[in-house]
Amino acid sequence: MLLYILRRVLSAISVVIVTLVASFALFFFAPTDPAGVICGPRCTPERVADIEQSLGLDQPKVEQIALYMKGIVVGREYSTGGVVRHCSAPCLGYSYTLGQPVTKLIAAALPVTVSIVIGGAVVYLLVGILSGTIAAQVRGTSLDRFMVGTTLVVQAVPYFVFALLVALYATFLPESGYHPFLDNPLTWASGLLAAWLTIGVTNAASYTRYSRASMIEALGQDFVRTATSKGISRRRVVYRHGLRAGLTPVVTIFGIDLAFQLTGAIFTESIFGLPGLGLLTLRAFGQYDLPVLMGGVLIGSVVLVVMNLVVDIVYTFLDPRVRLG
Amino acid sequence: MSDQTTGVPHTVTRVPREAAANEEAYLEVTDLQVQFPTADGLVRAVQGLSYSVPLRRTLAIVGESGSGKSVSSMAVLGLHDRKVARISGSIKVGGREVVGMSDKDLEGYRGGDAAMIFQDPQSSLHPYFTIGNQIMESYRTHNNVSKKVAKERAIDMLGRVGIPNPRRRVDQYPHEFSGGMRQRAMIAMALVNDPKLLIADEPTTALDVTVQAQILDLISDLQRDFGSAVVFITHDLGVVAEIADDILVMYAGTAIEHGPVNKILGEPLHPYAWGLLESIPALTGEPQPLHPIPGSPPSLLAVPSGCPFHPRCEFKDRVPDDWCTTLRPDLIPRTADLGRTSRCHLKEPDKVFETEVLPRLP
Repeated sequence: MLLYILRRVLSAISVVIVTLVASFALFFFAPTDPAGVICGPRCTPERVADIEQSLGLDQPKVEQIALYMKGIVVGREYSTGGVVRHCSAPCLGYSYTLGQPVTKLIAAALPVTVSIVIGGAVVYLLVGILSGTIAAQVRGTSLDRFMVGTTLVVQAVPYFVFALLVALYATFLPESGYHPFLDNPLTWASGLLAAWLTIGVTNAASYTRYSRASMIEALGQDFVRTATSKGISRRRVVYRHGLRAGLTPVVTIFGIDLAFQLTGAIFTESIFGLPGLGLLTLRAFGQYDLPVLMGGVLIGSVVLVVMNLVVDIVYTFLDPRVRLG
Repeated sequence: MSDQTTGVPHTVTRVPREAAANEEAYLEVTDLQVQFPTADGLVRAVQGLSYSVPLRRTLAIVGESGSGKSVSSMAVLGLHDRKVARISGSIKVGGREVVGMSDKDLEGYRGGDAAMIFQDPQSSLHPYFTIGNQIMESYRTHNNVSKKVAKERAIDMLGRVGIPNPRRRVDQYPHEFSGGMRQRAMIAMALVNDPKLLIADEPTTALDVTVQAQILDLISDLQRDFGSAVVFITHDLGVVAEIADDILVMYAGTAIEHGPVNKILGEPLHPYAWGLLESIPALTGEPQPLHPIPGSPPSLLAVPSGCPFHPRCEFKDRVPDDWCTTLRPDLIPRTADLGRTSRCHLKEPDKVFETEVLPRLP
């Protein structure tokens, strides 16, 4: 098990490195002009050259990549106009436009996204799995058809439309905004409630359908019949024997969904004004803020790789037949 | 029908005890009907099935796939979904009526007085729970005992069904057991509450032949120890010869022949049973082509009128007045031997068997 995890971590690191190099190449070879952006509209060629030098953009590309990697591992020095700034590891550079270390920006944005996504996940897992399980049990009845129909309607509405509707009309919800959890958990929760409900309800629709299909299959299994034949109650048969088997495939989907959402809930963050990762990278895109973009890519790839590993490990606890190695 | 037959059927290895008339039936099924309304029409899976099994006796129910053997025995345990199946008639177990029993009573009854062993131990055991956990759950559902006591009971049961080193095996998962061991564990789970009625639904079909013999011996031995009534469902006549006291042959959802094992396998009275014997390959002598029964079992959506076997029966011309196609025969004694019944209009079926069918048998 430990050896397996070690091997997976090593392969994860190599995946992250490849992603970084690839996206570095993509961004830095592209016809972008970060120095021009920083310099502003009234700018002299000398000043542009000066800025390029301070950013290291005058160096050969390969060297730039090497420097970037070095910065992540051991840190690096930046010199601007004779002033040397040390950027300690893991150094992802400075934002071209905000002048702040990328690590600091990410450290500020990540808790926001994590708060949104985890809270939303709690809502959609609870609602989705419960209603999916109920729908599976009353399969074919009008209640089942009503539930499936509702999920279709919810899924048919584009996500940003739904989020806008909530933001505009659900005025009874507390005002959106991010307040750190450690300051006051209550204001933290009330500021995120609208975002949680939006993510929760829209995703609950698909989780209802996953769980319903998965539970219908599980409840048709021979071992569920065996459990019934032992004389245990229907509720115990469904929730202990059926759900245990029916949940396993849902866990896989959840792992992938969660990783995807953690890389930035762009719509949710923009519409509810929550300064998370999605908003950070979106802004960086508009301004050729390459170091911030690279930081976003790094976080995204790490989250994806880590979540995949977590799902695989969780699987060994869910299904004793799965052995890692 | 004969794909997994393990021996020649009319060499009965087990001498059945004489059926004592005063033995009271523990399981009594009377005029059982099980129907499933579907989009295509009403599926009449079981139509007017009646039989009884006293304690300490084994009844084998044989028949092709779709003849209603599994459906009828699932009804005995009340395992059909009320929303899907329509059940009428009567199933009395130890004097209690199972048809129409409330969910609450069913829970106490299932796994307590009556237990079931299923066909495929691979899929019938929950893959995510240990063997011990599953046996303990069954025991604790019907006995108010601590986990520790239940575990000791599980270990004891695993030992009794011949699983070596039960103290270690009790904490293992089904996938760590071989097929035969899994079926032993399944049997241990079924017997953990000393059920008076055990229903075994093709318990050896998924197992290879050597393991099959061990499991059959095990069930016989345990039946002797526990004194239960056993209903053994199979389509394997070799297995029947091995284990049964009585046989009930089912066709199209109804019983067509019923009697002691040596009589039914030795000199059956129904043309369908004759066909079954003819379809078994001879294990000695020159290889002979098999004689399958012509046609295929009827659809349960549209069971033939009269005798359901008449479209496949080569003797229907011997019966006068088109009785076979219009009149459903009763399950009654057809010969001087009152201990066996058959659902066929044919006159003197014992003579027909002796003079015409027996010489053809391999």
